Amino acid sequence: MTKNSRWVNVGFQIAALVLALLFTSLILLAAGAPPLEAYKNIVTGAFGSFKKFSDVLVSWVPLLLVSAGLLVTFATGLWNIGVEGQITLGAIATTWALRELQDTGLSPSLILFLAILAGMAGGAVWALLAGALKTFGGVNEIFGGLGLNFVATALTIYLIFGPWKRPGVASMSGTEPFDEALHLSLFPELRLSPWALVIAILAIVFVYFLLQGTYFGLRLKAVGKNFRAAYLLGVPTWQYMMLSFLICGALAGIAGAMQVTAVYYRLIPSISSGYGYLGLMVAMLVNYQAIWAAPVALFFAALNIGSIQLPIVLKLDSSLSGVLQGMLVLFVLIVEGVRQRIARRS
Amino acid sequence: MDSTTILIGLASVLVAAAPVVFAVMGETLSERAGVINLSMNGTILLSAMGGFAVSVRTGNLFLGFLTGMLIGAAVALIVAFSSITLKQSQVAVGFVLALVCRDLSYFLGNPFMGLAGPRLPAWPLSGLKEIPVIGTLFFNHDLMTYLSFIVIFVSWFWIFRTRPGLMLQGIGERPAAAYVRGANVNLMRYVYTVLGGALIGLAGPTYSLSVKAGWKGTISGLDGIGWIALAITIFGGWNPLRAAFGAYLFALLQWLGLVLQPSLPNIPSQVLQVAPFPLMILTLLLVNIGDAEWVERTLASLPEPTRRFFAKAFRAMRASPPAALGVPFERD
Amino acid sequence: MKVELRGIHKYFGNNHANNDITLNIPAGTIQGILGENGAGKSTLMKILSGFIHADKGEILLDGKAVFIQSPATAIHHGVGMLHQDPLDFPPMRVIDNFMIGHSGGLFPNRASVTRDFKLIAEQYGFSLDPDAYVDSLTVGERQQLEIIRLLWLGARVLILDEPTTGISASQKEKLFATLRTLAEQGKTIIFVSHKLEDVEVLCHQVAVLRQGSLVGEAKKPFDTKKLVEMMFGKEISLGARQTLERHGSVLSLQNVSIEDVRLKIKDVSLEVSGGEVIGLAGMEGSGQGAFLRACAGIVRPVSGHVKVRGRDLTGKSYHVYKRNGVEFLPAARLEEGLVPGLSLTEHYVLAEKSKDVFINHERGLKQAQEKIAAFNIKGTPVHTIESLSGGNQQRALLSLLRDPLSAVLIEHPTRGLDIESVIYIWGKLKERCRKGTAIMFISSDLEEILQYSDRVLVFFSGRVSQPLDASTTTVEQLGQLIGGKGWAS
Repeated sequence: MTKNSRWVNVGFQIAALVLALLFTSLILLAAGAPPLEAYKNIVTGAFGSFKKFSDVLVSWVPLLLVSAGLLVTFATGLWNIGVEGQITLGAIATTWALRELQDTGLSPSLILFLAILAGMAGGAVWALLAGALKTFGGVNEIFGGLGLNFVATALTIYLIFGPWKRPGVASMSGTEPFDEALHLSLFPELRLSPWALVIAILAIVFVYFLLQGTYFGLRLKAVGKNFRAAYLLGVPTWQYMMLSFLICGALAGIAGAMQVTAVYYRLIPSISSGYGYLGLMVAMLVNYQAIWAAPVALFFAALNIGSIQLPIVLKLDSSLSGVLQGMLVLFVLIVEGVRQRIARRS
Repeated sequence: MDSTTILIGLASVLVAAAPVVFAVMGETLSERAGVINLSMNGTILLSAMGGFAVSVRTGNLFLGFLTGMLIGAAVALIVAFSSITLKQSQVAVGFVLALVCRDLSYFLGNPFMGLAGPRLPAWPLSGLKEIPVIGTLFFNHDLMTYLSFIVIFVSWFWIFRTRPGLMLQGIGERPAAAYVRGANVNLMRYVYTVLGGALIGLAGPTYSLSVKAGWKGTISGLDGIGWIALAITIFGGWNPLRAAFGAYLFALLQWLGLVLQPSLPNIPSQVLQVAPFPLMILTLLLVNIGDAEWVERTLASLPEPTRRFFAKAFRAMRASPPAALGVPFERD
Repeated sequence: MKVELRGIHKYFGNNHANNDITLNIPAGTIQGILGENGAGKSTLMKILSGFIHADKGEILLDGKAVFIQSPATAIHHGVGMLHQDPLDFPPMRVIDNFMIGHSGGLFPNRASVTRDFKLIAEQYGFSLDPDAYVDSLTVGERQQLEIIRLLWLGARVLILDEPTTGISASQKEKLFATLRTLAEQGKTIIFVSHKLEDVEVLCHQVAVLRQGSLVGEAKKPFDTKKLVEMMFGKEISLGARQTLERHGSVLSLQNVSIEDVRLKIKDVSLEVSGGEVIGLAGMEGSGQGAFLRACAGIVRPVSGHVKVRGRDLTGKSYHVYKRNGVEFLPAARLEEGLVPGLSLTEHYVLAEKSKDVFINHERGLKQAQEKIAAFNIKGTPVHTIESLSGGNQQRALLSLLRDPLSAVLIEHPTRGLDIESVIYIWGKLKERCRKGTAIMFISSDLEEILQYSDRVLVFFSGRVSQPLDASTTTVEQLGQLIGGKGWAS
């Protein structure tokens, strides 16, 4: 690639960003809201104080974990839309482990460690299920994954209202919160857990090296780019597809475990909080390159947190962040299509 | 439960299934032409909100339904443009649109939350509704429910009995062969995607102005319907009649969930509401599994009568998608 | 209808696919178009049938210049094309296939169309069930369906592209009888083939294409020898034939039978020694592809045994064959052989059999540089594979083979390559033979087969010849066998 065309590419990316902002502004105007005011609110809402920024990081942790996992499945050419359910199953398995172990007298740190491992396993099993449906049942991973997402949600609700219901009244507010000893420790005065932060960063570093530096990652990419050729070059293709699901599920499971041990301290109905779908958008936006996942996920997390105060200050719904995120990905896709079309023409 | 209650219940199933029927028929038409419109879940929400908002502001029901259809058509146009003209992944674009439209509906719908709005009046067909059983089942509904019956029939008739419908089958199956026979493949793909989108968009106002009248934002209970409709489309094997059967089966299961609730106090209602999903996975599995390599190998090793039985069973359940689904067409 | 092509030129990039082709076909003629793969036959036919447009030249139908914009325009002018793989809709019914594309009102009149269908079918002695699904028909029946459909639409010129591939002998007889009848009715038939025998039996006149140019025309009765000479051109000096020392049996087939959708190969036994080169000749789709893949475990034989250096590997996967020193290189380089998007270095790293976790990038780079130098690949280690030219992709594919190997199985090792690359690649392959590797390859270039093989197997509609000694076989003999002549029946 020449230097010139790289700058052209950057130009196209900026065009996509500008178009997304422009469109979102139009939508704001349509809703009768001042766009600049709204954007300013989002920025201050996310970066206005150290505490707010730490909240952004709280949201960054699960998003980064999920995006890291999805980079692996995307590298293998898989649309792991079932990642939402994999987060949920991670959370369920963690809650289960904590419930089982909380009265055993084991040291809390050991219990937490085991619970997070259980979360990993839970997410991995759910992902393997989608993988098995695809590999052995011919069910496209998108449809199998979507179905499993709903099943996971149903399972959560069943547990909250059934076997794990709060003493007295079962409610949408979730299961009985765990004892404070079983919370991942937080930075003083903040809601951010250093453990969670470290795990998330380790995850993306792991995936970065996996995809950039290992034989395993290279083989995954070969499977994703050309299934037939990868097989003829000696890669056991379906096994690698399953492993790819497994890794993504395990990372999504950790995200679920973090939601339980460091954010909510219990199982709630919408424990995955849409991080799975958001992670899919992050992975698409970074064009499947791990190195950009961290900043883009941070940007998305900042939008999420920044828009929380929109309803209070500007009487706007906080789903504006989702609109902006989606518009961005949409315009990146469209602008890329235009760029390719121009390239084809010339 | 007496027979009248059951009859009324079944009639309500037909009503509740109407929007799903619209969505599934729209998706079936679009996919028959070779374009997957994955945005359905967002489209339905946005058109439900848009249709409701317009009806509230204007007091006009017709404009509400029209808005829903226009929204659906517009979203489908984006899918068509980016996949047919720009050759981007249909799945990627559709998925992003599903999320954007959902959030957009919550964002723009905020001022309309919980407002009282117009509702499509019931329109019993006098003369027909008095027919025992049949009358209650089919002729004591509102316009949209009747329309859903018509849409099923017309879609089926169009695809299998008309000249353009035959060509539509051809375009999704083998665009090159359709092109040789004079079809403008990409134009037709645009037309059917947008038309299908309009039908998907009709599903929204059918909820917000009739089946689940009103707009309640995230608790409208509409999030997820689009994904189910997508699964039903596959279950339906791209045949409107089988797809309609899927839609009614889904509505029936949800109704059964409600009815059985009192006798199953240990199971929360939300769980029964999602009971169709595992069933959906199971059906997808049954529809597809006959094609899996290991199944073929296992079948080959079975003794003759058993082998034939299973082979037949798999073939009966099998639903193969239009061969060119999701594949861009370039002449030559 | 009289068809005239005048000075047709067509370029694909630098490839001059049709070079100034002028052809006159009077009405009522069965015109044969002969030529090897890549000679420009299908390009010419695609131009006549409206799929692509000529860069220069004109088409005259009954003396009138026409512009054929699309296949639909072509049929409107009375030009219909029957493709080698019939362009129909397999999961749909025969009658629907027949009807699609026919203009008329919104609601087709099935009853009257069915009547028309039966009438035309009967006229040519075809027995097709209008309600059957097309995917249950044989290729021959699908051709029949297409023929009557095109006639119904008013075709007066019928182009048939390799129509005798994959159909039975009796269906071929019927097809030929039909074509003769049509010609008698004044319709023009253009019969594209590389089967000499068919062309000789059927056609009134023949045009031979080679490398994009019209190299000769002939009228019935034909001189087979001359046709073969025109098709395959003058001898190219590829250096002296060499036979190398044998190293004992490496690949052994015992009564192997293979079936696929189109054909059955029965009971082939063969011993291949190390250092030996076996050429598989035959028209595309005659069974050599399935045979080669069966030798690598990619296609499972329905019966018989495949042994590699004495180990019975029947029914094992390709990866097991690979571990036992058998490697397969496909013809579809970018579809099956290489991974677009990955660089040359990444390909070498991928093909390495390493137990390490981390890639040693330095070693990979060094290896890539060595291979690039050794195989004379024009490209750098960071070049993605799809950015290389075809010849360099082929060299890259070859350079991915591990060392040492028992057997290398290659589909079209030099298709589409310039002569220099051909000689280079065969030099590399012979080097392996010297080390005791056996090579089995498919080629449609008869010169190549005879030049580089020790023994040749000829395939014709699933039948396999006895191994022929390449040193005593001529291009002509081979050409006749490939065209279906000289087989004991």
